Amino acid sequence: MSKPIIATTSLAGCFGCHMSVLDIDDRILELIELVEFNKSPIDDIKKFTKKCDIGLIEGGCCNSENIHVLKEFREHCRILVSVGECAIMGGLPAMRNGIPIRECLEEAYLNGPTVVANDEKIIPNDPELPMLLDRVYPCHEIVKIDYFLPGCPPREDLIWDALVALVTGDELKLPYEVVKFD
Amino acid sequence: MGQKITIEPVTRVEGHGKVTIHLDNDGNIEQTRLHIVEFRGFERFVQGRPYWEMPVLVQRLCGICPVSHHLAAAKATDVIVGAGTGEGLTPTGEKMRRLMHYGQMFQSHSLHFFHLASPDLLFGIESDPLKRNIIHVALEHRDLAVQGVMMRKYGQEVIKATAGKKIHGTGAIPGGINKHLTEEERDYLLHGDDYMNIDKMISWSQDALEFFKEYHKKNKAVIDLFADFPSSYLSLVRKDGALDLYHGVLRAVDTEGKKILHDVDYQEYYKYIDEEVKSWSYMKFPYLKEIGKKTGWYSVGPLARMNTAEFIDTPLAQKEFEFFKKYNEGKPSNKPMHAHWARLIEILHSAEKIKLLLNDPQLMEGELVTKGNKQLEGVGLIEAPRGTLFHHFKIEENDMISMANLIVSTTNNNQPMNEAVNQVATRVMTGKKEITEGMMNAVEVAIRAYDPCLSCATHALGQMPLEFEIYDHENMLIERKFKG
Repeated sequence: MSKPIIATTSLAGCFGCHMSVLDIDDRILELIELVEFNKSPIDDIKKFTKKCDIGLIEGGCCNSENIHVLKEFREHCRILVSVGECAIMGGLPAMRNGIPIRECLEEAYLNGPTVVANDEKIIPNDPELPMLLDRVYPCHEIVKIDYFLPGCPPREDLIWDALVALVTGDELKLPYEVVKFD
Repeated sequence: MGQKITIEPVTRVEGHGKVTIHLDNDGNIEQTRLHIVEFRGFERFVQGRPYWEMPVLVQRLCGICPVSHHLAAAKATDVIVGAGTGEGLTPTGEKMRRLMHYGQMFQSHSLHFFHLASPDLLFGIESDPLKRNIIHVALEHRDLAVQGVMMRKYGQEVIKATAGKKIHGTGAIPGGINKHLTEEERDYLLHGDDYMNIDKMISWSQDALEFFKEYHKKNKAVIDLFADFPSSYLSLVRKDGALDLYHGVLRAVDTEGKKILHDVDYQEYYKYIDEEVKSWSYMKFPYLKEIGKKTGWYSVGPLARMNTAEFIDTPLAQKEFEFFKKYNEGKPSNKPMHAHWARLIEILHSAEKIKLLLNDPQLMEGELVTKGNKQLEGVGLIEAPRGTLFHHFKIEENDMISMANLIVSTTNNNQPMNEAVNQVATRVMTGKKEITEGMMNAVEVAIRAYDPCLSCATHALGQMPLEFEIYDHENMLIERKFKG
């Protein structure tokens, strides 16, 4: 039997969940015996080269590109997992949801103490930049998500146990201290 | 018709970026740009939150070096609670924070060197992209991979012992720290099982330097001539000119090493630094005001620190620093790939510092927090792994944040990274009939030398809301247009 294939991405996240994956430390050497990696920021596979078994999603959706990538993951992955608070509920970036987006932009590019020379009042708007969404969306509001791993970030043991459970088909235990964190 | 090349996403850097290169009919480079394509809006949405939340809230900018944001925000709030700047903390407070920071530096630099950059060095820039990753390093150079994984782990364990958690910890609070180092934690980090041992870390750091120097000897062109260009450099330095990653005065030198920012107090950083906004990137372009927008840009990070500092106050790293300086004939190194070298010197320095601190009894007892008179404004700077990080907060009388300004390390490197992209693209792509994957990776290698944390850099939400795509709960796209 061929190895299960994993793909990962960070949408509107901080890469902390990817770092928590790396915090499985030497078990990563075990992991690469168990699975094969496809599209992921830790390698140079920029486009899916085949169907994957497991997609790990970090971060919610704050712009059109996030939506595009998330849909691509849904299309290519048999199982999609929302990893961490941002994917599950927008997380800290969703603090902008109650604020008109224009105010956020003006604060960053026009009002700060070190943008005094922005006489032309430029706010980035190039066609190369993806469109911002009106608010930050959790992933399951965009596509179907199969599993959710809580935490900011989810602790490394939870990520490990979940991956092993998915690969072996064993049931995952979720004790209270794993679900209730910080 | 000219041609447009897009490299997206830029991989093996931390965060979200995209490069566009425009070629004309004859294959000449018309324009190159590194776009930062995400925007978050921290400056605005932290307003109205209590200041003491900043060290835990703002660190969510970045999960790769959260400690840097945690500590820069804590340093800014130190000023707000009247605990002064840097020197105002109790010995226990300052030393615990330093231990946390050196742990962070150690893990982040190790991550960058072993996990992200080593595939380019081990396999070559034009090697099979399916091979260029840490997994293949592990398959073909297992010892090196184990070393990288365990060094990163050690740094993370230091962070856990000081911040309470490996990622997004809670240890630093306004005016100090909330815990001592316990005896078990100290003993584990000094001589724990399974490589968790500071002497092992010091010797591995030296091995990594030897590995790099050997590689350098055999690959002079890659390390010395790849994307080199003149730049100014900025960092904090200790008052006596020593490398200091946690606290100091702000210094900048030009490409020849002449001081252009003279060891100033960073509480007034905004008098010296301003940022240019460009329409095609969410990331702003900082520059020294006195020199101006066009040529006032500067680089930050490990290489900048080697170029601004006069010496290092730990013996093993000082020896390496002297060798580095001698190789560069006492002048600043204008070679971006020397950043890998500088990073390894800092790994060694951090390991030496960690050892000194672990043996210091003041971490295990003594006052944790300094109190003083409340101020309405505070600035916190730190040398994050990727360079100088600025946090600036103002509060109302009711303790709520009214203004936040953040200049993250990678933002400081915005212009230098764009210069490097242009240099490499011009050198490898001009006049070529076919643009290969290897050429595109060469551009990425130049970016990767800066170890950019694009996750940090996107803290500022980024695009004019003239047009939105909105999705309803049934996942249907409703296209709408807004006019600013």
